[in-house]
Amino acid sequence: MSLVFQVIGAGVAGLSVASELSQRGAPVRLYDRNGPPGPHACSWWAGGMLAPFCEGESAEEPVMRWGQLAADWWESMGASVKRNGSLVLALGRDQRELDRFSRRTHNHHWLNDNDLLTLEPELGGRFTRALYFPDEAHLDPRQALGALTQTLREQNVEIITSEGHFTQHAIDCRGLTAQDQLSDLRGVKGEMLVLRCPELTFNRPIRLLHPRIPIYLVPRGEGVYMLGATMLESNDRRRATVRSVLELLSSAYALHPAFGEAEIIEIGVDARPAFPDNLPRLRIRNGILFVNGLYRHGFLLAPTLARMTADYLLEKKIPEFLDAN
Amino acid sequence: MANFYGVELSSPLMLGTSQYPSPAILTDAFRNSNASVATVSVRREAGFEKAGNSFWKLIQELGVRVLPNTAGCYSVREAITTAQMARELFDTSWVKLEVIGHPDTLQPDPFGLVEAAKLLNQEGFDVFPYMTEDLILAERLLEAGCEVLMPWGSPIGTGLGLNNLYGLRSLRAHFPDVPLVIDAGLGLPSQAAQALEMGYDAVLLNTAVARAGDPVKMAVAFARAIEAGQLAYKADPMEPRDMAAPSTPVLGKAFLR
Ligand SMILES: Cc1cc2nc3c(=O)[nH]c(=O)nc-3n(C[C@H](O)[C@H](O)[C@H](O)COP(=O)(O)OP(=O)(O)OC[C@H]3O[C@@H](n4cnc5c(N)ncnc54)[C@H](O)[C@@H]3O)c2cc1C
Repeated sequence: MSLVFQVIGAGVAGLSVASELSQRGAPVRLYDRNGPPGPHACSWWAGGMLAPFCEGESAEEPVMRWGQLAADWWESMGASVKRNGSLVLALGRDQRELDRFSRRTHNHHWLNDNDLLTLEPELGGRFTRALYFPDEAHLDPRQALGALTQTLREQNVEIITSEGHFTQHAIDCRGLTAQDQLSDLRGVKGEMLVLRCPELTFNRPIRLLHPRIPIYLVPRGEGVYMLGATMLESNDRRRATVRSVLELLSSAYALHPAFGEAEIIEIGVDARPAFPDNLPRLRIRNGILFVNGLYRHGFLLAPTLARMTADYLLEKKIPEFLDAN
Repeated sequence: MANFYGVELSSPLMLGTSQYPSPAILTDAFRNSNASVATVSVRREAGFEKAGNSFWKLIQELGVRVLPNTAGCYSVREAITTAQMARELFDTSWVKLEVIGHPDTLQPDPFGLVEAAKLLNQEGFDVFPYMTEDLILAERLLEAGCEVLMPWGSPIGTGLGLNNLYGLRSLRAHFPDVPLVIDAGLGLPSQAAQALEMGYDAVLLNTAVARAGDPVKMAVAFARAIEAGQLAYKADPMEPRDMAAPSTPVLGKAFLR
């Protein structure tokens, strides 16, 4: 009997692992108890920024290094990746936050009000300077998850709506649900909104720094924007609070008053699965391989984790993010 | 070392637990600085979640005393509910009482503070009130049953240090036997050292460490500064004078008048 890998969980982790294995010719079965990707998965709510350099502000070095490979991988899997860079801004009295951000990150340069006017005309006159990260990209997570589902289907791998079998060749990609096996996995709650604001055209993700309430906006096209995201130490995956939504919306309004007229399309919430160092890893426990801990870097780091998983399973290469004890 | 509701702390450094790049770095900051108390924001972080918050488990595993706070509470009622929740969650009667008066400056509301302190003390809490450095407010809080006071250095998160030295000195002088903790506004270790040199019993900080480029190094820097400040206070510093005073008479020169 030939070996069939059983991938359990079809969020960004499971789908990426299954796609990578299947692409390399390995037989795969993919299970999700909730069926194809949808609001039940944390991945559904992500912003979709592929911003390894911006993340360097607070993340450990590997995030920057591995994150740079994400855009190409997603494109090779049929996702539509926009490579317009990203912009980082701060309101008048928070300018020091911007200086701090520039000290902690790489691969950026300063823009003055004129540059800004050329790049994002809507911001002209509202901000006198910005940090520009030209090598960053973004995607629409739901489109990207759909692309992986489609690629797999073309290779005759369908998502099976079932719990899956936790047998020897199981690859556990259950996200936060794997807390039942991984005691150091915790949830970091994130709340987000989707807004429609046809008056505004932004072409790239915009981060607005603030000491307490930093936000970002990711354009989804046709005047639709994802507005994110809170970061709260909590496993709660259900309740978006008035406070969080108010804070996110006020910041968006401060970024541009036209958001006052925007339509609220969605209010979303989920908890990101994270290990204590906020880095993802492969972990072997009782013969099962766990691929987890993507934290706020699901789309940024799933490609690398998927490659590491395939390298390990198919070529016995010991990956950087493996913990096997 | 001063006595905080019957507890002698192993170090005058109290650290907040929010805004660190990761829990792993938070843990290292505590380990390397020997901080003795961890403050936890129950309200903002929790979403009223009871059992099984893995972050809290992690804080409890630090092995230091936990001081839950009522950060983000704007009314007496909110503060009381949050304190009750905290007592249940962390199994401690300690609470750092914050009743915030202004959402922007996060400045304490002294009136709500006294009222909430009274109620919480009646309920058997050990209240650590976050306050402005006002003497009368201090008196009212002591009357309300508080045995520890936590005046701010400057507004939360500003890093401006000890803004009103005169006020803080007189607070120390008026209440020589009350444990006093500088809470909020510290940005640099030298400012923490200054607080201890003035006879303050402890300092509580968060942003200065959590948002430093290297939080672990900064935590250690604070620990050392605090140790220096404490030692200096114990050594009974010389009285400063406002002119250079030779310690031996200078021959042949008329005395300055
Ligand atoms: C508001 C918000 C914004 C974010 N923004 C970004 C961003 O801009 N960029 C970025 O890279 N990341 C972002 N993230 C993080 C990203 O969403 C997560 O890192 C990622 O979704 C984690 O993916 P996962 O596959 O591990 O988990 P999930 O997506 O939760 O997938 C787990 C799957 O396992 C299934 N499952 C669970 N138990 C079982 C079982 N017993 N049997 C079978 N199936 C099971 C579930 O149904 C689910 O489909 C954001 C997250 C949030 C909440």
